[in-house]
Amino acid sequence: MKHLLSAADLDAATATEILDIAASMAAVSGREIKKLPTLRGRTVVNLFYEDSTRTRISFEAAAKRLSADVINFSAKGSSVAKGESLKDTAWTLQAMGADAVVIRHPASGAPHRLANWVEGSVLNAGDGTHEHPTQALLDAYTIRSRMGKIDGLQVAIVGDVLHSRVARSNVLLLTTLGAKVTLVGPPTLVPSELGEYSYDLDAVLPEADVVMMLRVQRERMTDSYFPSAREYSRRYGLDGARVRRMPDHAIVMHPGPMNRGMEITPEVADSPRSTIVEQVTNGVSVRMACLYLLLGGKHS
Amino acid sequence: MKIYIRDGVIVEKGQEDRLVDTGGLVALPGLVDLHTHLREPGREDAETVLSGSRAAALGGFTAVCAMANTSPVADTAGVVEQVYRLGQEAGLVDVQPIGAVTVGLAGERLAELGAMADSRARVRVFSDDGHCVHDPRLMRRALEYVKAFDGVIAQHAEEPRLTEGAQMHEGTESARLGLTGWPAVAEESIIARDVLLAAHVGARLHICHVSTAGSVEIIRQAKARGIRVTAEVTPHHLLLTHELAGSYDPVYKVNPPLRTERDVNALREGLRDGTIDIIATDHAPHAAEDKECEWAYARPGMLGLETALSIAIHVLGQDWELIADRMSAAPARIAQLANHGQPLRPGSPANFTLVDPAARWTVEPHGLASLSHNTPYAGMVLPGRVVHTYLRGEQTVADGKVTK
Repeated sequence: MKHLLSAADLDAATATEILDIAASMAAVSGREIKKLPTLRGRTVVNLFYEDSTRTRISFEAAAKRLSADVINFSAKGSSVAKGESLKDTAWTLQAMGADAVVIRHPASGAPHRLANWVEGSVLNAGDGTHEHPTQALLDAYTIRSRMGKIDGLQVAIVGDVLHSRVARSNVLLLTTLGAKVTLVGPPTLVPSELGEYSYDLDAVLPEADVVMMLRVQRERMTDSYFPSAREYSRRYGLDGARVRRMPDHAIVMHPGPMNRGMEITPEVADSPRSTIVEQVTNGVSVRMACLYLLLGGKHS
Repeated sequence: MKIYIRDGVIVEKGQEDRLVDTGGLVALPGLVDLHTHLREPGREDAETVLSGSRAAALGGFTAVCAMANTSPVADTAGVVEQVYRLGQEAGLVDVQPIGAVTVGLAGERLAELGAMADSRARVRVFSDDGHCVHDPRLMRRALEYVKAFDGVIAQHAEEPRLTEGAQMHEGTESARLGLTGWPAVAEESIIARDVLLAAHVGARLHICHVSTAGSVEIIRQAKARGIRVTAEVTPHHLLLTHELAGSYDPVYKVNPPLRTERDVNALREGLRDGTIDIIATDHAPHAAEDKECEWAYARPGMLGLETALSIAIHVLGQDWELIADRMSAAPARIAQLANHGQPLRPGSPANFTLVDPAARWTVEPHGLASLSHNTPYAGMVLPGRVVHTYLRGEQTVADGKVTK
């Protein structure tokens, strides 16, 4: 595998391999010295056209724990802000000898374009409303850690699916790994083309093993996707009463950052069912596994 | 077949001052494009009237209608006369300027349509192409007003509120690719409204680049009711579909967007049965930097002049009568270009093109005459090749090469 652009790039075997490598990486992260020499001398560029502290830090930590040299290239205050095109930026990174470029970009498909213009590996760290494959991998890792398996599980992804790169990647990856995914939200935010869907959260919850809540931006209501934040919460927010309709073993996930009180109540977010903090922790291990597989490639 | 020409007009045998022997080639009346972007004035880095004229002649055209979305916009007699004059100077095809409907294409108030009609450019087709005349009252007035000089409004049918931020056809692929959808209903609702408006005021209406099965159905019904509506389809909408966006290569980004196979089939059927009157290229050259970028930041549009005839042959087969009608006679009639689209017989202006129907050629973006290279057909092998083109008896293309 040269690039990781979409969760569709991963078949079940490769995805499972990444999760297995991530598990060994997690063991490293538990040690006092959290560092492996694997990518010594290799250069990883974090090319971030959007502010995303948590994803950038996660990738930075992952690359550093593998001993790679990390260059952070933020669009703000750089040549990009001066109007440099993605293609010219790609050539610059190429000239610097980047072995991998981790790109976060507001335009869907930007990583695909970049992959045409650089020789190194491209990792999609979130592109527009398209995909965020490492988020899906860390979610899969988290599910597997908590539930012991993914195959056969019922997963509900709830919220603004239309604008969610997390949802798109998760549908692809979790389906590849044998889960049955149902997308839940108001019809304005759930494109029927993406898979199984429901507009009725309460009908879905009793069957769900995993409930993944998506961030819903308040601005969506000015575009009439729903009438008000209050109505959204009432119909699609996850509160204590709704959680009690879920099976006892079911878990609650959220990719963050959360809108507490909008799509999820503090009671739920901070409950033992919630995996939100684990997801962040697992993010580093999973990204280490991805960099290892793309750049090291020596895993047997 | 032999074509006898005198003073730029086809004459009877014996009266000619020159003779063209078509040999084994197919003679078609010079093609007429109702929808061309020549980019001059304003974006001479992407195309000029001269380079676009070369591309047109090589594609078998003898007349093209230049869209108004230049910079400055062709919304005054001065600009349309400038474009007309540049076309005459290039001398390869007749460049007929289209005038803007509204000042600056802003959709707020009418441009001086009468002044453009009365100018030396004799504008009869008006369009805000690239923008929809979406205000229903303004559209009604425009349709009514141009009746005074038998003009026609060519509508870019796109309800703007339904296409805010739109990047590609709304459907399975837009959902998968995370690109904002351009729903078919945004086109169809405007066409439905406008055929009713045209009927109400008794005006002529032309629909640019029809792209959906639903639009074909609305136009079919409107024609059955006697409404004076004509419609065009582009070569790319007859051939390409939205799955191509999966590469995120903006060479496939176009407005209206590439749609589904079902739409393609309905457009082909509509073109055959006459619901759609013509093929028009929507030739839209763009500089490299406007295409070599992220999909969402790229400008929409594709080259079309040099490939249109081959795509038509590919789609319609070697039905030369049908091709002559849809690409020459009918567009000339809609644009009111009396000297074009005439059958090749004595008395007609000697505007024609000779096509090798057996030839096949591979599209090379950098081998095209256009200054830009944004063809979606790169690497494709297409049937039929223009060998010679004549404008008023003067050869503009000889052996596949432009003469000036």
